[in-house]
Amino acid sequence: MASQRGLFGSSLARKYWMALSGLFLISFLVVHLLGNLAIVFGTGEDFNAYAAFMTSFPPIKIVSYLLYASIVLHAADGIVLARQNRAARPVAYGEYNGAANAGWASRNMALLGIFTLLFILVHMKSFWYEMHFGTLGLDANGNKDLFTITTAAFEQVWYTAFYVVAMISLGFHLWHGFQSAFQTMGWTHPTYTPMVQFVGRTFAVVVCGAFALIPLYVLISPNV
Amino acid sequence: MNLTLKIWRQKNAKESGSFATYQVSDISPDMSFLEMMDVLNEQLIAKGVEPVVFDHDCREGICGMCSMFINGEAHGPDRGVTTCQLHMRKFKDGDTITIEPWRAQAFPVVRDLMVDRSAFDRIIQAGGYISVNTMGNLPDANATPIEKHDADAAFDAATCIGCGACVATCKNASAMLFVSAKVSQLALLPQGQVEAADRVRNMVHQMDLEGFGNCTNTGACEVECPKGISIENIARMNREFLKASITA
Repeated sequence: MASQRGLFGSSLARKYWMALSGLFLISFLVVHLLGNLAIVFGTGEDFNAYAAFMTSFPPIKIVSYLLYASIVLHAADGIVLARQNRAARPVAYGEYNGAANAGWASRNMALLGIFTLLFILVHMKSFWYEMHFGTLGLDANGNKDLFTITTAAFEQVWYTAFYVVAMISLGFHLWHGFQSAFQTMGWTHPTYTPMVQFVGRTFAVVVCGAFALIPLYVLISPNV
Repeated sequence: MNLTLKIWRQKNAKESGSFATYQVSDISPDMSFLEMMDVLNEQLIAKGVEPVVFDHDCREGICGMCSMFINGEAHGPDRGVTTCQLHMRKFKDGDTITIEPWRAQAFPVVRDLMVDRSAFDRIIQAGGYISVNTMGNLPDANATPIEKHDADAAFDAATCIGCGACVATCKNASAMLFVSAKVSQLALLPQGQVEAADRVRNMVHQMDLEGFGNCTNTGACEVECPKGISIENIARMNREFLKASITA
């Protein structure tokens, strides 16, 4: 009984874990994007060096396990919460005007999240799995040549289309999720909350937009 | 005004309900929504049809009894009003209006549009009060200075009438706005701070037991709340619960 009231098990606690894991995953997006920019602004060797660094530098390896755990926690916790939410209204309204009082993204977080998870699985199979367990050739510097399979994947229209749609989906997820995490943790303030909202929405558009532009760049540019 | 009404009819909590369609005529745009329902029931009684059961009491927007989910929104299309304060002028002649009960696992339908909101009472019983001992020399209430900002915020939270529109409108049927208002009105004042940690933990625990959904911070509740209770109260409860869980 007592445990249900604490930091594990209660509905609020589940939300705290959602918020904290979500914010941690957001912070990873920045690191990931900086690496991806090497595809556009650097050479294939630069990108491979970045990938090698990310998979071998010990502190980053430790953080990466925290990252995998956060993805699992965020997804599993989200599924539990969404199931509870469905159970909380067993008989649906005949007419429900959700758009009258709440934004689209905020009403579809579970759907957007599930699509994002699906993307992560496909994405990790394409690149993470190949980098860790696949048989990749080596580039001029002796690093695993992730660049070649990355650009090859992005040359496929269907793959890039899936990637772009996933980034739009993630963008909507973060549009609501960033500031929602602050609200869940109780980190609100009359002056700073509007700023958090602005930063979150700008982040969602800029970061997800940049992620989506990279495969499009590879697809369209004749040089890559 | 002549209107077509699609109203949820349900005998009791066990049986499943369905929509029934009725026509009402000669409705004045100056009537309240509940007066329109009265006219409908008069017409139904005259025809020998069982009248529609709905909750109502003060009919001046302070008791929180009238519920009704009207055209997909709690208390209908107007903002900052209960159903008794909703005027028929918000609708057009010839409109079809859909009227449903609050829908939530924690609010079982009693009959037609009337639901059992005693889950809210049990949440209050779990800690939404202060255990005052009135024996001995009590200090004068006005002798304890309270910051204007806190006093105002506590009063705003205390204007919650417990109508359940927040639960009804929330896509997750979450009771966070109600519970957080009740937590806030006490947590902001010195009298409430002695029991603040136990209160928030016990009230949240009871809220979970009642089967309400979780908050996704959509903000729909504060839009539909007839008293304009802010989701800032939800953030405050999140803070209070976190503090209580870590320190106690």
